[in-house]
Amino acid sequence: MIWSILAMALREIRRHKMRSGLTTLGIVIGVASVVALVTLGESSSAKVRADMASMGNNLLQVLPGSARRGPARSTARPFTIEDAQAIAREVGDAGLVAPVVTHGATAVAGHANHMTTVWGTTETYLAVRGFQIERGRMLTEMEHGAGVCVLGATVRKQLFGEDDPLGQRLRVGGVPCQVIGTLAPKGANAWGSDQDDLILMPLRTVQRRLRGNTEVGAVMVSVRSEAAIPRVKSQLESLMRERRKIRPGQEADFFVHDMKEVAEAMQSVTGTMTALLGAIAAVSLLVGGIGIMNIMLVSVTERTREIGIRMAIGATSGEVLLQFLLEAVALSLLGGLAGVLLGMLASFGFARALGLPPVLVPWIVGVAFLFSAAVGVGFGFFPARKAALLHPIDALRHE
Amino acid sequence: MSERRVLVELRDVDKVYGTGPTAVHAMRDVNLTIEEGDFVAIMGPSGSGKSTCMNVLGCLDTPTSGTYLFRGIDVGSLDRDQRALLRRHAIGFVFQGFQLLGRTSALENVELPLIYQRVPRKERRRRALEMLAVVGLEGREHHTPAELSGGQQQRVAIARALVTRPSLLLADEPTGNLDSARKFEILDLLSRINRERNVTVVMVTHEPDLGEYAARRIVFRDGRIESDERLRPLEAWVS
Repeated sequence: MIWSILAMALREIRRHKMRSGLTTLGIVIGVASVVALVTLGESSSAKVRADMASMGNNLLQVLPGSARRGPARSTARPFTIEDAQAIAREVGDAGLVAPVVTHGATAVAGHANHMTTVWGTTETYLAVRGFQIERGRMLTEMEHGAGVCVLGATVRKQLFGEDDPLGQRLRVGGVPCQVIGTLAPKGANAWGSDQDDLILMPLRTVQRRLRGNTEVGAVMVSVRSEAAIPRVKSQLESLMRERRKIRPGQEADFFVHDMKEVAEAMQSVTGTMTALLGAIAAVSLLVGGIGIMNIMLVSVTERTREIGIRMAIGATSGEVLLQFLLEAVALSLLGGLAGVLLGMLASFGFARALGLPPVLVPWIVGVAFLFSAAVGVGFGFFPARKAALLHPIDALRHE
Repeated sequence: MSERRVLVELRDVDKVYGTGPTAVHAMRDVNLTIEEGDFVAIMGPSGSGKSTCMNVLGCLDTPTSGTYLFRGIDVGSLDRDQRALLRRHAIGFVFQGFQLLGRTSALENVELPLIYQRVPRKERRRRALEMLAVVGLEGREHHTPAELSGGQQQRVAIARALVTRPSLLLADEPTGNLDSARKFEILDLLSRINRERNVTVVMVTHEPDLGEYAARRIVFRDGRIESDERLRPLEAWVS
């Protein structure tokens, strides 16, 4: 019985293709925007997560300056190698610790030159930042102040093109050094800057021969587990306050930067956007529902005589109600289906254009169908009830 | 003469539309008994209450007062849906304006009541085809009402009314929209069905010559039965 009624409903929809199409447009747009938004939201979250992972696992950075005012090397005291050693020694769960100092310099090899950032650091930097050696090897403790370097993928390409750089000599800010290894490329970070545009050199080489001092610009800490991050962060803060002799209550001249917080902030921005646009989509669904109700009311009026005929030959009110309700639900479900397809297409298109990874969110399909069915039932009920309550004689006489 | 079974019985039926000074008294004190197998013509000028009587007999409308018994069942005690079920299983309608579903084939129009009777698809089709053959519409099964003449449309409507094998066929001005040649074809069909299928036929008409076809003629005037005469003995009909 229900199948026969459903078949009648579908036939009625097919009969008025244009009208049905226009009626469902509201639902199509509503569902498409919900699907596109959720999918894009997931895409950008995935991108942020991937970016954060690419910057290093559970990375904390101890930087000079104030958290409120940002890093200000000129006013805040720099760190020392001893600070990094103390952290490695005294902070449990700290995992790997890498002191770093950076220096902008031009690298020259043969006729090629490239302006880049030189990172003076130790062997542990690789693991802390999640870099991989592509060819050759990393710096070692033994090469304390030696003229050796490891090239990031961008620098290698700029200076040597497709040639093998291993063993080649170059000058970095005037300091001669030999290439001992190259890094596997990581691509851009969350802010779009190239993570492969760097040269790694021993900490002491950069301090002494490029910068002419013994300062450590920052200490990077890779925490063993994500759960330990808050604890390690507070341990780092109290250790450094002690070492830098900052009295309790006094503002610190350093801060611990948590990459995870940045990631969460970025995700919460995406979340707010999604919620906002989701509300717009909900309004669109509502408008779509009203459109369906409107056209179903028109349909009930147009088909009053048909309703009379059905009642005369023995259809109960419930069966008439079911027929019109199924018609409304079928309309909105068709709209929902078109919306899901359109939404997925749109989100794949946008993801491609924005350079986000394409993501499939299976549950959103279920939610979209549930919503459109609910809209069909909700807004189809009133017209269907109007049809069911018609008096058969009046309905038969209707012109 | 054996006593025939009573199919429908109206006892002191009144039907009033509206209330107060504008109230219309469509049926007054109507008492009527119709036996199974009869062919009754209900006649009278327009506004005489004959169509109201038909609607009451067809359970499309309920009396304001009085009792309507269908096979001994008090229709007044049935609710809307129960009356729908009674129509579905026991009553067939033929209307003046045919009342077929537009843009729907003759076959599907005839199948429609069987859908509500939950008859399985295959049997539905078989019975609908068979009934279309009975009314002489072989080869037109897939035509829509717009592609059929008035007489053919009325045949589809008759097939639709009979496909459920009802015990009562109600025809409200069944020839009102047809020319005189088609008129008598439809009447012949109705009386043939009445005799061969033992279906009780009640036909409302305002044309005196059509009344001659029936076995019994009832004339309404101002909501009352003015005359009720038997034109042919009931036994002569049913052999």
